[in-house]
Amino acid sequence: MGENARRVISVIVVNEASVLSRVTDLFSGRGYNITSLTVAPIPDSKYSRLTIITSGSVRVMEQITKQLHKLISVLRVYEHEDMVEKEIAMVKFPITENLSDINAISEAYNGKIVNVGENIVIVMVTDEPKRVDHYLNAIKRYNPKEIVRSGAVALER
Amino acid sequence: MQISGAQMVIEAFIAEGVETVFGYPGGAIMNVYDEIYKQNKFQHILNRHEQAAVHAAEGYAKVSGKVGVAMITSGPGFTNAVTGLADAYMDSIPLVVISGQVPMSLIGTDAFQEIDAVGISRSCTKHNYLVTDATDLPRILKEAFYIASSGRPGPVHVDIPKDVTAQIAEFNYDIDLNLETYKPHIKGNPRQIKKAMEAIAKAKRPLFYLGGGIINANAAYDVRDLVHKTGIPAVETFMARGTLAYDDDLLIGMLGMHGSYAANMAMSETDIIIALGARFDDRVTGKLSEFAKNAEVIHIDIDPASISKLVNADFPIVGDVKNVVLEMLEQVDKIDVERYESWRETVKNFDALHPLAYHEDSKRLKPQWVIERVGKLLGDDANISTDVGQHQMWTAQFYPFSRPRQFISSGGLGTMGFGFPAALGVRAASPDKISINFTGDGSILMNSQELMTAVEKKLPVINIILNNNFLGMVRQWQTLFYDKRHSETDLSVQPDFVKLSEAFGGIGYRVSTKEEFDAALNDAVEKGIVAFIEVLVERFENVMPMVPAGGSLFNMMLLEKEESK
Repeated sequence: MGENARRVISVIVVNEASVLSRVTDLFSGRGYNITSLTVAPIPDSKYSRLTIITSGSVRVMEQITKQLHKLISVLRVYEHEDMVEKEIAMVKFPITENLSDINAISEAYNGKIVNVGENIVIVMVTDEPKRVDHYLNAIKRYNPKEIVRSGAVALER
Repeated sequence: MQISGAQMVIEAFIAEGVETVFGYPGGAIMNVYDEIYKQNKFQHILNRHEQAAVHAAEGYAKVSGKVGVAMITSGPGFTNAVTGLADAYMDSIPLVVISGQVPMSLIGTDAFQEIDAVGISRSCTKHNYLVTDATDLPRILKEAFYIASSGRPGPVHVDIPKDVTAQIAEFNYDIDLNLETYKPHIKGNPRQIKKAMEAIAKAKRPLFYLGGGIINANAAYDVRDLVHKTGIPAVETFMARGTLAYDDDLLIGMLGMHGSYAANMAMSETDIIIALGARFDDRVTGKLSEFAKNAEVIHIDIDPASISKLVNADFPIVGDVKNVVLEMLEQVDKIDVERYESWRETVKNFDALHPLAYHEDSKRLKPQWVIERVGKLLGDDANISTDVGQHQMWTAQFYPFSRPRQFISSGGLGTMGFGFPAALGVRAASPDKISINFTGDGSILMNSQELMTAVEKKLPVINIILNNNFLGMVRQWQTLFYDKRHSETDLSVQPDFVKLSEAFGGIGYRVSTKEEFDAALNDAVEKGIVAFIEVLVERFENVMPMVPAGGSLFNMMLLEKEESK
């Protein structure tokens, strides 16, 4: 992998006050980059799981992993190699656009219309982040009004 | 038992064997101070500034090896203490610092003396806590002491809102700490140690690179053993001074920016570095790409993040230095001491070529002479603190350190104003030794209010002010790299240091000759009260040799040869 390859890491932390700041302060304080970050409690445990998309050389990643692990609140850190990775995107379209086209394209990306209002429809797709990029590219012509991405989550195979 | 949060703090201190607390009271911490008033199990030393309280706790911790404890109030009390926390974090000093906080109901309302203390201390502590319920306090305090002193030591900050110190809850300190997320790695991997020993045995020019972690791990005497049994020369970092005695044949000296020529050349020529509790700091390595180019690296450290951070380790060994060194000692028969004879000769020749020296060629006293002289007169009888600047480097170069924990200085953060309060902590922990603080005319004014603490608590620290009427280290860089534009470094306007000390009830001397200096030092030692000895020294003396920032270790600026002698 190159100097600035994209990396996915999972960080298991104790679910307590200010633990998210501990992690993000470490990234900003040491000059590391966060592309996306998702966090939610792990069911039936006192831990939360953060999925962080970052970039850097092997050496930088080794430091990030070690520095994260040094935080007292961190239980485990893994850099994913062989994983299933998914991200949700939701897009708001004007109801006047070609809905059957939109629906067909969205279906190709595990998506569908999830809400219909007076003037807009909302579509949700769930796919690999790279494919979500493609999807968002493909639907540009249908005048999307608003786009939200969740950030990726990943599980090692 | 059911007690208040404030009482819990006292009980925890007693259970942890705390004997001295440094601090400064204020609104949010008053409940705890009320309990301090009522007890007689430990002493409280009232510093005259929160920064000084934390530095004093650092000095106490560094000289004793115990956890230093400081206590401060919220808001400005806390922000004043931040420099001390950062200093302790950089130098891996075990501290527990307790701060008061505004009551829970006022947090987030911009209340009087409110500041987001844990938000600020997060990046300069090993760990921190905001206590929101007194029920948690026994566990948090116990964790704080454990985390501060275990693994790679460091400061832990506990922020306690005022209402939590008043809250009554059950206190039981007999808790089994089970920190699932914090398990320091103590024992080095035996296979890796074995491989490292084999690599050393095959090397021709091995070199011990001794760091401050040795002192933290109480491993100095085991390291001495290992160095002597292997016959391998050693260089020390600034933080490791005193690991080997100054007169040890195998000690080449300090390395780095102001290290000796021999130490830096040895580092440049070695074929295998044995790094013990050192972290390849930029002041040590100089230009990284040219640092020890031909050497393999054995890196032993308790902090995995220090290994291969800057210099790639061929033999990474995560573990407590003492533990690993003892393992290495068991395999020491693999090493043939004779094998390194010519290497030892080479190193000796480096030293003969450019020994650490200075010229006595000025009317005014040379600062290096003063330090050597104190070494001659007091030697092992003194603990030595310093502030930050030229005097600090000269002390590291010229004082004859003979034991670990004799030298107390601010290494990583480089905090001016550290020396005097730290020396108070040193004296409080080690009253049998004379406490000397080498300082400069710049640094001493950054915590001179501590004269009051010293007088009140009868802590007879002798401050030797090497006065060159300059902010000397910055002046040196201006002379060398800024075409002699001495911007804002001329300190010709100064207080009367003798009167300053006397105004607080201390003693003061101003000396300009060798005889006067000897007399003043003897008198100060005899009188046993806090002293300022102001020594008028040569104004334009530079710390030499020197590796300019970003330069290579083997490319040093050297002391110029004496012109007429």
